[in-house]
Amino acid sequence: MLKERVGHATVTIRCVVNGVERTVTTVPNRTALELIREDLALTGAKEGCGTGDCGACTIIVDGRPVNGCLLLAPMLDGKTVLTVEGVARGGKLHPVQQTMVEMGGLQCGFCTPGFVVTAVNFLEHNLNPTEEEVRVAIAGNLCRCTGYSKIVDAILEAAKRMREGEGR
Amino acid sequence: MRRFGYLAPKSVSEAVSVLAEHAAVAKVIAGGTDLVVQMKDGVRRPEVVIDITGIDELRLLEERDDGLHLGALVRMGEIETHPLIIEKYPILVDSAKLVGSKQVRNLATIAGNTCNASPGADTPPALIALDAQVHVLGPRGPRVVPIDRFFVGPGRTVLEPGELVTKFVLRKAAPNEGAYYERHTPRKELDIAVVGVGAWVRLNGETIEDARIGLAAVYPTPLRATEAEAALRGKPFGQAALDAAALAAVAQARPISDVRGSADFRRWLIDVLVRRAVTNAVARARGGGPRAGETH
Ligand SMILES: Cc1cc2nc3c(=O)[nH]c(=O)nc-3n(C[C@H](O)[C@H](O)[C@H](O)COP(=O)(O)OP(=O)(O)OC[C@H]3O[C@@H](n4cnc5c(N)ncnc54)[C@H](O)[C@@H]3O)c2cc1C
Ligand code: FES
Ligand code: FES
Repeated sequence: MLKERVGHATVTIRCVVNGVERTVTTVPNRTALELIREDLALTGAKEGCGTGDCGACTIIVDGRPVNGCLLLAPMLDGKTVLTVEGVARGGKLHPVQQTMVEMGGLQCGFCTPGFVVTAVNFLEHNLNPTEEEVRVAIAGNLCRCTGYSKIVDAILEAAKRMREGEGR
Repeated sequence: MRRFGYLAPKSVSEAVSVLAEHAAVAKVIAGGTDLVVQMKDGVRRPEVVIDITGIDELRLLEERDDGLHLGALVRMGEIETHPLIIEKYPILVDSAKLVGSKQVRNLATIAGNTCNASPGADTPPALIALDAQVHVLGPRGPRVVPIDRFFVGPGRTVLEPGELVTKFVLRKAAPNEGAYYERHTPRKELDIAVVGVGAWVRLNGETIEDARIGLAAVYPTPLRATEAEAALRGKPFGQAALDAAALAAVAQARPISDVRGSADFRRWLIDVLVRRAVTNAVARARGGGPRAGETH
């Protein structure tokens, strides 16, 4: 028999996801990733390891990339969230998405949403990165297929296009 | 994850009162990078989770007359990029930058890294080297615990049920002092220390007037290598002092053999890393040395 619960058995979470205000009432023992995938039906972010190691679950919370699998759902209350679904603008892919497609920065694609949001956030802070800086920036994202070279090339190329004013 | 009740207090006093109320069954959550994984594994099964991330008082980061005040909720990612810390407390950058990935460092807090009390955690040796004072608030009021008396065993600290770490206070950095942290891992990123060494020195000309050394992953807790410190204190910086310090640190450590390395390998690493950490701490005390976070 479960004891009478203390604290709040359910929580109401209000957050802005990809520019849209969302309100969800749920139980607290879920991760932010589960909330986003299951309640908000945004299935771009993936659950790979569930332990913070692979980065497939990366989402941008208040402007910072974090592991959605390590964050409790109620901790999204009052936050602004960006997922891969919110990266393209007006039907046009973000330069990072475009170069990933053009340059073959993916194979199975499972890791791709995580790489894309990590790279988009990184380039917002550093539009002129070295290859080493790109590799460090994506160190929290694992890919089992590509060997990383093409992902790194795609991010460097996206940076170049963004510098040349393609913007977003 | 098992079910739990969730509370998000908005002030330290509120947090301490709800913590006291549920002391036996509650767990504080900050970044969640340790706790969520432990709850998923069923290693920790709190009935109440108290989310302290909405408490702005715990985000304090400023230098005052008595030193640097680092709030419990200061994240690794903030330490890494904070100009004051980069300039005056580079050892904090060295250690924070090694924790997990960018995504993890954007969640992981300094108090969480300490309170989780992993013997291999990276920031405790740096906090030991800087002689951090841990400020704690609980049902019986506030107390201050020196960092080298904070750890009791793997995953265990002196915190009583219902107690919260509010901040760390580090002595103000002086120009003739320097500190440095380095760890050995097979992978450059996202790996756990095989051995980590943090060293702090105060120079008086060529003499090491004072020293403090913290070690990771060589003992059931983060270890203050007091014998190695004694071997350095009052000695001219040079080969003889480094030999004596390395020997003393190896003697005080109690490394185990595990997947990351054998006890012998760890002893060898302590020897190498103590020399390197002290040498780089001295170089920083002289105004040079590696830049903050450039530890390998
Ligand atoms: C993929 C990955 C890689 C990692 N790599 C490293 C690494 O290289 N080096 C390293 O050192 N660590 C590493 N970690 C561990 C982890 O990121 C750190 O220990 C982190 O700093 C914990 O902080 P947190 O805020 O996330 O703590 P939480 O998980 O929120 O809490 C940890 C513990 O501290 C307690 N606690 C938190 N704040 C307080 C407080 N203010 N008062 C009292 N108790 C409190 C909690 O109740 C809990 O028991 C890694 C983790 C992951 C997931
Ligand atoms: S699923 Fe979150 S890091 Fe792997
Ligand atoms: S493309 Fe398959 S995991 Fe990266």
